[in-house]
Amino acid sequence: MAAALAAREAGVSDVLLLERDQHLGGILNQCIHPGFGLHHFKEELTGPQYADRFARRVREDHGIEVSLCSFVVKLTKDRELSYLRPGALEEVKAGAVILATGCRERTREMIPIPGSRPAGVYPAGLAQKMVNMEGWIPGTEAVIVGSGDIGLIMARRMALEGVKVKAVVEIQKSSRGLVRNVVQCLEDFGIPLYFQHRIAMIRGRDRVERVDVVKVDDQFRDLPGSGFSIDCDTVLVSVGLIPENELLEMAGARLDPKANTPVAEKVNLTSIPGVFACGNACKVYDLVDWVTRDSELAGRMAADYLGAGARA
Amino acid sequence: MKRTMTCIECPQGCRLEVEADGSRVISVSGNKCKRGEAYGRQETEAPMRTLTTCVLTKGLELKMLPVRTSRPIPKERLFEAMWAVKRLLVTSPMKEGSVVAANFLGLGVDLVACRPLERQ
Repeated sequence: MAAALAAREAGVSDVLLLERDQHLGGILNQCIHPGFGLHHFKEELTGPQYADRFARRVREDHGIEVSLCSFVVKLTKDRELSYLRPGALEEVKAGAVILATGCRERTREMIPIPGSRPAGVYPAGLAQKMVNMEGWIPGTEAVIVGSGDIGLIMARRMALEGVKVKAVVEIQKSSRGLVRNVVQCLEDFGIPLYFQHRIAMIRGRDRVERVDVVKVDDQFRDLPGSGFSIDCDTVLVSVGLIPENELLEMAGARLDPKANTPVAEKVNLTSIPGVFACGNACKVYDLVDWVTRDSELAGRMAADYLGAGARA
Repeated sequence: MKRTMTCIECPQGCRLEVEADGSRVISVSGNKCKRGEAYGRQETEAPMRTLTTCVLTKGLELKMLPVRTSRPIPKERLFEAMWAVKRLLVTSPMKEGSVVAANFLGLGVDLVACRPLERQ
């Protein structure tokens, strides 16, 4: 939305905004906690409030056509897009394309956690959507793997909803999350945080019954005799994000195989002229305010590209 | 008595040193802005938190409406507030900022909607 609005301000007359969800705002809709907008709006907003500020401007701008429930299935290097919307497959050719496709979560399968395959193991962001948007509480006693911001925020959210959050287990020596989140999400609720520990095993037949935790050394090797068990019925896995760049890959852009981010010399650029990537699809940000700042830049870069094309 | 704490007002997370006599604050240092000083004082005298959660809806386009308290409330009343929120049901369309519960728990703050919600 920030990119679309900035492109409009820079003189682009016709913007099509494709959103696969039923609402604008993306992940902000499920991030109901405060802490957004201190830089951009100089006040503390929740995720839905932050998204609403942009959604209002987008709705008022008649140069932006919004198509919801629209899933892009194809992108070519000549900027031809195909997308599915309810009842139709549409094809458009754009002068410039900005991908603001965000990230998906790394899952349990992507980090080595041995054990059985019971119900009750969720990616933390999925659990966040269940609790905050669908109104389901995933369990009664939880252990959280990973102390990034999503894991910390979910620890507090579950504790507030009456779930007993028994531990946050982090393999590194420190949290990847913001210090304020360690304080207000864990310390406020008396949730223990184990650094340099990992889940050695998830146990349970149909439902998670307990997890085995073990301390590791600096090379992430298990320390013998340091193991202990925690009874729980739910494990939330918060172990990082992967930019969702299948469309870029399909179009033939160069991607960093490790981070799945576009390879280019400047932020927002891709190896294909006229195709831009912004927000978490370009690189994983910790603050939405910086996503907005760089996405607005992406909107202006796309406008510049279109202007240059028209003159050529 | 000196106490160290991490300011939670913004993502910088300044390390504060609060000099206090019981809950009476004498000085706050280590803060990079004035919000930090206010936080250090408030946290020593009476910790406050903004509550954000969701309220069940009926007949609206989303099942849950995200809400927040219009200002922070005493930290020790967060769980009481959560129980009160669970008894609410929103059935009419909302705008961002619509009051869901006025003078919530008699705390002098309102529970307000964080997004618009239309009828289904």
